Formats: sequence, C-alpha cells, structure tokens
Amino acid sequence: MSLAISSRATPYYLTGPALLVFLGLVIIPLGMTVLLSFYDWGQYKGIVPEFTLKNWIEVFTDSYFFEIFLRTFRIAILVTLATMLIGVPQAYILNRMSPGWRSAILLVVIGPLLVSVVARTLGWALLLGSTGLVNQGLIALGLIAEPLAFMFTETGIVIVLIHVLIPFMILAVWASLQRLDPQIENAALSLGAGQTTIWLRVILPQIVPGILSGAIIVFSLAASAFASPAIIGGRRLKVAATLAYDEFLNTLNWPLGAAVASLLLLALVAITVGSNRLIERRYSQVFE
Amino acid sequence: MSHLVLNGLSKSYGGVTAVQSLDLAVERGEFVSLLGPSGCGKTTTLQMIAGFVAVDRGNILLDGNDLVSVAPNKRGLGIVFQSYALFPHMTVAQNIAFGLEMRGIDKAERETRTLEAMALVGLKGFADRYPRRMSGGQQQRVALARALVIKPALLLLDEPLSNLDAKLREEMQSELRQIQRSIGTTTILVTHDQHEAMALSDRIVVMNHGRVEQVGAPDTVYGRPASAFVASFLGKTNVLRGTSDGHGKVSLGSLSLAMAGAASGPVQIAIRPERLAFAAVGAAGLDARVLSRVFQGTHWLLTAESAAGALTLMRHNDGHPVPAEGEAIRLSFAPADASLLREGAAG
Ligand SMILES: Nc1ncnc2c1ncn2[C@@H]1O[C@H](COP(=O)(O)OP(=O)(O)O)[C@@H](O)[C@H]1O
Ligand SMILES: [Mg+2]
Repeated sequence: MSLAISSRATPYYLTGPALLVFLGLVIIPLGMTVLLSFYDWGQYKGIVPEFTLKNWIEVFTDSYFFEIFLRTFRIAILVTLATMLIGVPQAYILNRMSPGWRSAILLVVIGPLLVSVVARTLGWALLLGSTGLVNQGLIALGLIAEPLAFMFTETGIVIVLIHVLIPFMILAVWASLQRLDPQIENAALSLGAGQTTIWLRVILPQIVPGILSGAIIVFSLAASAFASPAIIGGRRLKVAATLAYDEFLNTLNWPLGAAVASLLLLALVAITVGSNRLIERRYSQVFE
Repeated sequence: MSHLVLNGLSKSYGGVTAVQSLDLAVERGEFVSLLGPSGCGKTTTLQMIAGFVAVDRGNILLDGNDLVSVAPNKRGLGIVFQSYALFPHMTVAQNIAFGLEMRGIDKAERETRTLEAMALVGLKGFADRYPRRMSGGQQQRVALARALVIKPALLLLDEPLSNLDAKLREEMQSELRQIQRSIGTTTILVTHDQHEAMALSDRIVVMNHGRVEQVGAPDTVYGRPASAFVASFLGKTNVLRGTSDGHGKVSLGSLSLAMAGAASGPVQIAIRPERLAFAAVGAAGLDARVLSRVFQGTHWLLTAESAAGALTLMRHNDGHPVPAEGEAIRLSFAPADASLLREGAAG
C-alpha cells in the first residue's frame, strides 16, 4: 500500500526541484512585479505599499508611454516581417544543400547566438556609426554623399535585431521543411507545375505553421529586447524594455517601471497566445 | 517502333555507377517491372525517365521523341511515389485535380474527370477528406488517381505497395493489374519483391549492379534464368557445376546430358528444386547423398550433396517414403527444365 502511494508520488518528487526553481525564479518575482505596479511612489517618500491605480493610469494616458509602446511594436513587426522575408528562402536553400555544406552554413546561421549580445551589438555599432564601415563603403561607392544615420535610429535597431533574431526564424522554418515529403516537389513537377507554382501552392502552405511559430518567437524577443535597443538606440530612442529599466534604475520609480514591464508582458502573452490559437484552428485538419 | 525505348541509358553518382548502359523497349499498353535487389539502380532508371535525375549518356524515346531534353514538368508522365507524396494541405479532390489545373482545364471538366478517377480507384465519397485522415491503402489510391487523371503517356510506379501490410498489398496488386488492363496505360513498376513482379507484369527486367541481367515474361525468367544471379534472385534454385565437351554434351557428376550452346570447358546449370525427381531404378542420374530433410506440411525439403555441388529438392508429401539423412539417392530431371547460365554473370 505504502509502496503504491510512494510510486504515485514519485513524479511529484522528480519534478519538485524544477517546480521550485520555476516558482522561485519566475512566478514569485513576476507576481511581485505585478503587485509592485499597484504601489504608490513619491520623489521624497519613495515606495509606499498602498494600493493605487495611478501608475497604470499614467501608462495608459501619457502619450510619452504610448509613443514608446508604439515604437516597440513597430520595431517588432518590422523585424518579424524582415526575418520572414530573408529567413524563409534561406531555410529553403539550407534544406536543399548537401549535408556537408549544410552543417557549415548552419553554424554560420546560428553564429549570432553564440556571441554575447553586448559584443555583437557593439560590433554593429562600429559598423553602423557615421564613420563606420557601412557608411564609408557607401560613400566610397558614391552611392551617398552624407553618412546615413543608423545609430540612435529605429532603422539601426531593426537591422541589428534582424541579425540577432533571424536564427530563430531559420531554425523554425527549417524544422517544418524537414517534415516535408522529400518527393513532394517531384510529385508536383510530374503533374506539370512550374517552380513558382510549386513554391506557392505546395511548399509555402505546408510550412506556414513553421513560419508563424518562428514569427511568434521573433516578435516576442524583438518586443522585449533590451541590449540591442539600449546600445544602438542610446538614451534618446527608448523602447518598452529600456523604458522599464530607466524607471527602475534612473528615476528609481519602481512601481511605474513595474507597470510598464507588466503591460509589456501582458501584451506579449495576449499576442502570442492569440496567434497560436489562430494557427491551431486554421491548420488543425491538415496537420496533426 | 516500341512505345518507349531506352537506349544505352547511363548514370553515375561521383564514382558510383548507378545505371550502366541500359537498353529496353516497352510496347504500348505493356506492364513492365524493373526487379532487382536494393541499390541496383531501379529508382535511378525510373527517375531518369521521369526527368528528376539528369541522364549521363543515352536516350529515352517516347513514340520516337527524345525525352532527355524535355523538362520533367513537360513530360506528361504519371508517377506514384513510394511515400505517395500527396499534398497534405489539399483534400483528395484537390490533390487529384492539381494536374488538371496545371493543364488549364476548366472547372467543370476538372470536376468530372476527378470524380471519374476517384471512381476508378474505388474512392467514391472521399472528395473532401484530407490525406492524413486516410489509411495507407486509401492514400495509395489517391496517389494512383492523381497520376492517372492526367491521362499520362506512361505510368511510373516506384515500390508503390511496399508501405502496405501483406494482405492489403495482395489486394492492391490485383486491383492495380485490373485498373492498368482497363485503361491500357503503358506502365513501368519498380520493385524488389519478386512475387509482386511476377504477379503484375507482362515482362520482368531483372537488374543487378546497374545492368540488365535478363528481360522476359515472368514464367520465362523464372523457368529459364539466363544467369546465376537471376536464378538465385528469383525463388530457390540449384546451380550445378559441370563440364561441356563443346559438342552439345554436358557432364554433371555421374550424369551426362545433351545441352546445346555451351563452349567446351566448365559450365553452370540451374535447375529448380521442384523440377528435380528421383531417377527410376536402374536409370541414369546424378548420384547424391541426403544431408538433411525438413517436413513442411505439403512437401518435404531435402538438401543433398553431389559431385556437381550442393542441391535442394522438394518432394511432395504424396505418401511415398522419403529418404532419410545419410541415404544415397539418384536424381534426374528433364533437360528442358535445366538452363545453361551465362558465363561471367555469376551473382
Ligand atoms: N542521389 C544520389 N547520390 C549518390 N548516390 C546515389 C544517389 N541515388 C542513388 N545513388 C546510388 O546509386 C545506386 C542505385 O540506387 P537506386 O537507383 O536508388 O537503387 P534501387 O532503387 O534499385 O534500390 C546505389 O548504389 C545508390 O547508393
Ligand atoms: Mg529504389
């Protein structure tokens, strides 16, 4: 009897450590952050544990915050679209390479993930600065007269985030390409389809779930990115993550920072869960 | 002129020769199987005809026109793949209609022809199913209907039944044969299953190491194998060593028989186990000694050794006593049942 009970309890013991870590390091801090966003704060009195909605009201009504959230999601959408446009064909080419070339190129693709965010972003800063390689090159080629502004611009942030996040898109699309029947293109070919038709009518519809899950990952990482926007965007061009950081560490208004962070989290969860639902419903009969 | 002619078709991958100078003529309406062990170049041959694999040398003449320079999507051939390669995001009807759509056929005709094709393969009422929701046998039928609906000049089948269980495979075999007969499309089937090849084909092309070993009707290839490889690949067989005097006489151990066509020197002769019999008392025969006997219900399977080599023979369980292990026996056979194997073709 006791044996039966203990064997039934085994899974709980086994998952215990992981659960504790999850609870202690994710759930509790998150809960505290949300709680914090309802606390009061004053320049001289500091954080006061009294329930108030003023942080949330401020976040929702002040156009300064609205602008930053708008910029955050604008950047995230642009990055997502660009990683789709570049990543999908790249994954397709990768999938058709010989195994030797494929592992070499795969290493290049996931390369950005192996370098520390800060080192990578600083590298980009060197490339994109007004006297950086890109501008010098473009001027030398006679394509532009004045250096283009990449640093401290949204364009710069978008370019850097595309580089950082494109591996996630490529890997997600590649995974769904690998699930395709290796003869599917030949089948379409034998029925008289040309390359464009094969792409649009046969390949693309089958990898849409992969593209969308890649898009969800890229979108949430882009919207919550901190290091790249912080270095490329600087103090002036804020996004939601750098805004929360500044509220916490510069203004020391923790409750307001907590409200910004919670809102970003809520928005991301809503968008991710919503689009996941949509994919599942749309493709349920076709894919198990 | 034959419907399809393959002329010296060759293909190698790097240093590996997949198909070596293959010649074949297929008549209109014929059902021909390419049969051989895995890796002998069957798929490569089929894919060259389909246009998925570039030809190194040789030509493929369909009604006298060379297909080699024609793009695969312009060849108009119907192909059934081993994995079926159905479009999982399309319904059965959409899958079947795809080829018609590519040909710019209008919607009304597309619908009638799709329904006809579905009726032909016994899939009435499945129009709106998705392939994932169908059994292997049903998917197989969709693949067949999709290939046939475009009224292809040739139907190419690459191991189409190998993913089905044994019972379903037999059912599909007879159905496939019957469908092919009724529409009369020239068909080439690739298989490593000798029973499938024998059951379905008008002629079998036995291949080994990228070369054709023998082409012939199933009973010819089985009964009169042209090489030791064919003899051993199709069913059980005995390959006996003997010597020819070069004048139509071959001696096999204690037996001497008349066999035309052999040059003087050592020869190999194939004889099926079911064609070996015990010699009548006092008659000439091949002396042998029984090594083992195994009872198999309808028959006994005996192995024996003789001066001409090891032997397997079958003895029907007809109530007669069967020699025991170690007993001496004398065997005979009709000279017509023995085939002289080609030199240098030993598999
Ligand atoms: N794409 C390829 N690259 C390299 N070698 C190949 C390729 N396809 C087939 N081969 C080789 O060619 C030979 C014939 O292969 P295949 O035609 O697939 O044989 P089968 O269908 O009779 O099993 C094999 O030795 C195989 O390894
Ligand atoms: Mg094969």
